Amino acid sequence: MSSLLRVVLQRLGLGVMTLFVVSLIIAFVVELLPGDITQAMLGQSATPETVAAFRAEIGLDRPAHIRYLEWLHGMLTGDMGQSLASKREIAGFVGPRLANTLFLGGMAAAIAIPLALFLGLLAALYRNSLYDRIVNMVTLTSISFPEFFVAYILILFFSVKGGFFPGISNVSTDLAFGDKLFRTVLPALTLTLVVLAHMLRMTRAAIINLLASPYIEMARLKGTRPFRIILHHALPNAWGPIVNVIALNLAYLVVGVVVVEVVFVYPGLGQLLVDSVSKRDLPVVQACAMIFAAVYILLNLLSDIVSIVSNPRLLHPR
Amino acid sequence: MQGAIRLFLGAPISAKIGLLIVFVYACVAIFAPWIAPYSETSIVGSSYELWSDEFIFGTDNIGRDMLSRLIYGARNTIGIAFATVVLAFLIGGITGMLVAILGGWSDLLIGRLVDILMAVPSLIFALLLLTIFGTSIPSLIVIIAVLDSTRVFRIARSAAMNVVVMDFVEVAQLRGERMWWVIRKEVLPNIMAPLLAEFGLRFCFVFLFIAALSFLGLGIQPPTADWGSMVRENATLINYNDITPLLPAAAIAGLTVAVNFVVDWMLHLSSGLRSD
Repeated sequence: MSSLLRVVLQRLGLGVMTLFVVSLIIAFVVELLPGDITQAMLGQSATPETVAAFRAEIGLDRPAHIRYLEWLHGMLTGDMGQSLASKREIAGFVGPRLANTLFLGGMAAAIAIPLALFLGLLAALYRNSLYDRIVNMVTLTSISFPEFFVAYILILFFSVKGGFFPGISNVSTDLAFGDKLFRTVLPALTLTLVVLAHMLRMTRAAIINLLASPYIEMARLKGTRPFRIILHHALPNAWGPIVNVIALNLAYLVVGVVVVEVVFVYPGLGQLLVDSVSKRDLPVVQACAMIFAAVYILLNLLSDIVSIVSNPRLLHPR
Repeated sequence: MQGAIRLFLGAPISAKIGLLIVFVYACVAIFAPWIAPYSETSIVGSSYELWSDEFIFGTDNIGRDMLSRLIYGARNTIGIAFATVVLAFLIGGITGMLVAILGGWSDLLIGRLVDILMAVPSLIFALLLLTIFGTSIPSLIVIIAVLDSTRVFRIARSAAMNVVVMDFVEVAQLRGERMWWVIRKEVLPNIMAPLLAEFGLRFCFVFLFIAALSFLGLGIQPPTADWGSMVRENATLINYNDITPLLPAAAIAGLTVAVNFVVDWMLHLSSGLRSD
């Protein structure tokens, strides 16, 4: 047990280190610009007075390490500073948007994960069959589709032509849960389709890999039924790779969410990030980037830990 | 030349179709000014005109010919993505091979740096960097190339690692050949196959990435015709049951599917070549 604990703690430490270095990069990326960020943002015509005022406003007049420590402290305590464009407290409007994004991502994951596992399992079981080959072609094609293409096709068929679901998902906090669910269907479906292909292919590969190992052949030779082989022999060992696949794709959702939110005008963090980039509102971009990066790193960390913990060799050390 | 033809004839049908589509796209991109009926930026009609003989796919939100913009879009979108991938391969490939030969300190340092950059989705870093450097085409190309070179670095390094330990590399080094010569004449020819397949994959990724950024309004800026931003500009038409905005999106999807088919075949080829 102690070796397991040690490995888990090691991974946790590594994750925290990564998070720390990423926060350093996000905070110091400003210094990358040759010359001065204020010049670039205010334009050449800015007077020295405005430049000085702006520098004081975003705190550029103080030493870098103090700025970083203050920013990190703010990030950890929920005080993310002020938006340059609207002068509002960032923490105030980031919170509900983060909740919306997590809701959308969670819904997409709830549809995509069981579906991908089931279809991937089937493709692995009946590999090289017609079903498997069709799945291969379809997933290879859908991986190549840009997210917004999938989104607009869904809007065209389910919203414009069919009229089943709204094509704009302007959810707000005072909406009833059912109503919110209804308006989130199309974006969630888009995200599902985007990650489904990847997840399916990876599940299939992981299971096929396992089915080739000698102990599975042994089980088959002694006459165990295929379904029982999968459930009792393959699956316990497949949890590690499968969880890895899920986490990788949840992380992928984090990126897909940005485009999908913009298509459906969904008030989430991704849309805020895109808006802030076009307004060059640096503090908001930094806060959003940090949140996205943290979620991504934590998901990867979680998958790492689960695959370690579910590894029979580590669970039962000799 | 004969070898190339035989290789092509032996390719599976999906790869042949893929190659053909890529060839058509390339022709459209190269000969855009001769094919397109109108210029890329000139306003030739009223906005959102329907499909007609004069404007085959209608006109866009400010009255520019949709077909002409689609044709010029091939040139701009593919050209920029191509330049980005080439730059990414120059940065990532050379550093990867260099690090594989040098080993030790530089390997560890650059490896960790790449790990960190890959620990965060490149879209997030790209958005952060675009905020600071602004959205011009040169900064777009450089930012995405640098972020993407991390992936190339990994492939090039691990492929080169297997070559660097070979006797002929050691002999070349003992002979006193320069580092650059060893990389170019000994290492590169031996890792060409996996790098070429990776080039196709990276191209797909970068192409979709730039299209997504342009769609978000943060990539290629108007009035340059570009498929991603064309979808964005004309998206409202979808609500009127008009599929015109799907055309540029389909153009993007078509090219990535084709390249993926070709890459699938190339991966198959290179793995087959290595096993015997």
